[in-house]
Amino acid sequence: MYQYDEYDQRIVDERVAQFADQTRRYLAGELTEDEFRPLRLQNGLYIQRHAPMLRIAVPYGNLNSKQLRTLAHIARTYDRGYGHITTRQNIQFNWPRLEDVPEILDLLAKVQMHAIQTSGNCIRNVTSDPFAGVAADEIVDPRPWCEILRQWSTFHPEFAFLPRKFKIAVNGAKEDRAVIRVHDIGLDIVHNAAGELGFRVLVGGGLGRTPIIGEEVAAFVPWQQILNYCEAILRVYNLHGRRDNAYKARIKILVKALGVPEFARQVEEEFAHLKDGPSTLTQAEIERVASRFNDPVLSALAQDAGYRARLAEDKAFAAWARRNVRDHRVQGYASVVLSLKPYGVAPGDLTADQFDAVAELADRYAFGEVRSTHEQNIVLASVREADLFALWQDARAIGLATPNIGLLTDIISCPGGDFCALANAKSIPIANAIQDRFDNLDYLFDIGELEINISGCMNACGHHHVGHVGILGVDKNGEEFYQVTIGGEQGNQTTLGKVIGPSFAAAEMPDVITSLINNFIDNRQDDERFIDTVRRIGVESFKTRVYAERAARLEAKEIAHV
Amino acid sequence: MSDIIKNGRVHVDEWTVLRLAEGDEAATIVLPAGRVIVPLAVWQARREELLPKAEAGVLGVWLAGNEDPTELAGDLSALPLIAVDFPKFADGRGYSIATLLRTRLGYGGELRAIGNVLRDQFFFLLRCGFSVLQPQEDKYTPAQLEAALASLIDFTEPYQGAVDRPEPLFRRQPRRPLHKEAA
Ligand code: HEM
Ligand code: SF4
Repeated sequence: MYQYDEYDQRIVDERVAQFADQTRRYLAGELTEDEFRPLRLQNGLYIQRHAPMLRIAVPYGNLNSKQLRTLAHIARTYDRGYGHITTRQNIQFNWPRLEDVPEILDLLAKVQMHAIQTSGNCIRNVTSDPFAGVAADEIVDPRPWCEILRQWSTFHPEFAFLPRKFKIAVNGAKEDRAVIRVHDIGLDIVHNAAGELGFRVLVGGGLGRTPIIGEEVAAFVPWQQILNYCEAILRVYNLHGRRDNAYKARIKILVKALGVPEFARQVEEEFAHLKDGPSTLTQAEIERVASRFNDPVLSALAQDAGYRARLAEDKAFAAWARRNVRDHRVQGYASVVLSLKPYGVAPGDLTADQFDAVAELADRYAFGEVRSTHEQNIVLASVREADLFALWQDARAIGLATPNIGLLTDIISCPGGDFCALANAKSIPIANAIQDRFDNLDYLFDIGELEINISGCMNACGHHHVGHVGILGVDKNGEEFYQVTIGGEQGNQTTLGKVIGPSFAAAEMPDVITSLINNFIDNRQDDERFIDTVRRIGVESFKTRVYAERAARLEAKEIAHV
Repeated sequence: MSDIIKNGRVHVDEWTVLRLAEGDEAATIVLPAGRVIVPLAVWQARREELLPKAEAGVLGVWLAGNEDPTELAGDLSALPLIAVDFPKFADGRGYSIATLLRTRLGYGGELRAIGNVLRDQFFFLLRCGFSVLQPQEDKYTPAQLEAALASLIDFTEPYQGAVDRPEPLFRRQPRRPLHKEAA
């Protein structure tokens, strides 16, 4: 992964000193609450239900073993022994004390990490494909471009106080795994007809209370110009985005208000002045940044016979390999997903010991590196086929080998009411109750690919709009209820799900999922995925089934009470 | 008189910022004596009358966050001072206005940040081309303002180009690739 040079290190060190002084002035009463708030937010520090929450940047999901060990140490020393992987590939700690944060940042800086711009109304951590650099369907490795964007956006003086937060995601593969269509800027690396490299630029996507799918503002921006083009977008937004109402301040609202053609015209007009200016990228700069990733040089290996023999004789191993192992672009290697969705655990949580253990696995099997995914799992990008069996056994020993990647129990969930002050309802117990209901692995495999995404309120941190099944916590006269959508999808076909009807009490949720699944199984053709069946037969039949079975349950309950 | 920051030091200010109160009319408001920074509306209403004062170096104009700096495009060489108002420090439009004044319009005179100007934004303000920073009167004690000078240089080598250093870091400094062992 990217290794800092002296300049990268200096900027992070200077940030630690700056924030230590800001915290000191705040605690001494020299900075008011209002003045300190944006400063701490731009350092990932929220004040939450129980304590401050610290969000640490994991640039486009890349982590090395040394960093994992530092995170383990932080979890143990300053938190209650665990950390949480977010849907933006970052890591959150829920219990640090404000007074300790400067010290934590200092520890992070020693391993080339920080919390810069992980929150606040600025350009946030750039996210990308967790299989970048190793995916078989990759066109161009997005990581160097993400790093270039990271550097450009870090402390960008003009864009530190935008109308609202600003999220950029980059995809470099045929299949989008970075959900670029629901980001403020989504960049798709493409070649034009002449074979030149550039970016298709989508703007104005976002979830939250007004979910919108980003639209194409430029079909092709030459790679040399990408920072100039982004600057043009950000300037138009900074000057004209709404600042009177936080709910209408995202760029998506500006794009909708102006219409895509007018927004694009304003960006083009600004871009005309910036084009070929000093921020224009050079081949040498791209190569320099790419070189600092220091990727292992992999040459093709013969397919491993031992691996294939194990698959044939060990059913449990084969099940894991089927769900958690992915093709690698180099023969003889594979990518492995460690599941952070064992039953009964908050999706995306890792204990301090698990952070250490993952570091150990990375060192032993994966060139010392891992990736966090927006589905809240961990990827080991490059593992020798010959090592897969041993890796599986080790991962099993630390509880990270649940063979459920992409299945019903691989649930994306925000922290919800257990931690988040904005929540309408809890998320984690719902995820756990659903996992509990579907504890038969063979059945899970039969159901096949299914994404359930849960958010505790309409801010949509759990991406519920783009879940095949989306669950949204709502407040009904002070009680926690859940609204269900189906038919949402991430990826190239990004679609927002449709609400099936009135919301449900928490206790009903496993039954609701059961009804949805039963309707799917009854209507499924061949090996169709849930989402394909929904698309083919429509929402109505699912809706009818869910509410009919609900009515029957309520009636049965009444009878039982008579 | 409030204190300002200029060229890395604290100075006593010689200018008065004129703000229109409820009921004040741009066309008729009486200007205070001495050097004065007037709202754009006053400048536009009384340009003929005020132009000689600007040319004499005793009158400047301030822009609000929603005002378009190109409105001043024809007056830049006459104006010794333009200020940009930050109604709230977290309202970042002023950074783009300053950038446009310096880069697009080529304004070379004094560019001043007024309003809710706080030390934790000094670094960003300087980078966007402000040459004078004017915190609200009484916001900082003299000692605090002296201490705040440290914030002007929070970061020594920023990554991206901006008004103060138009070239990004990769053009300003030799940044090294990582050399791999020959395979
Ligand atoms: C616990 C403290 C958190 C707070 C106070 C919080 C707050 C918010 C708010 C207010 C929004 C809506 C923004 C908007 O629509 O403009 C939002 C969106 C979002 N947050 Fe969080 N969040 C928290 C935790 C998380 C976590 C843990 C994750 C990841 C699991 C996350 C990921 C996201 C994502 C992906 C969005 C959707 C972004 C979009 O609309 O483009 N947040 N958050
Ligand atoms: S979706 Fe709502 S409840 Fe969940 S983390 Fe985000 S703000 Fe909190």
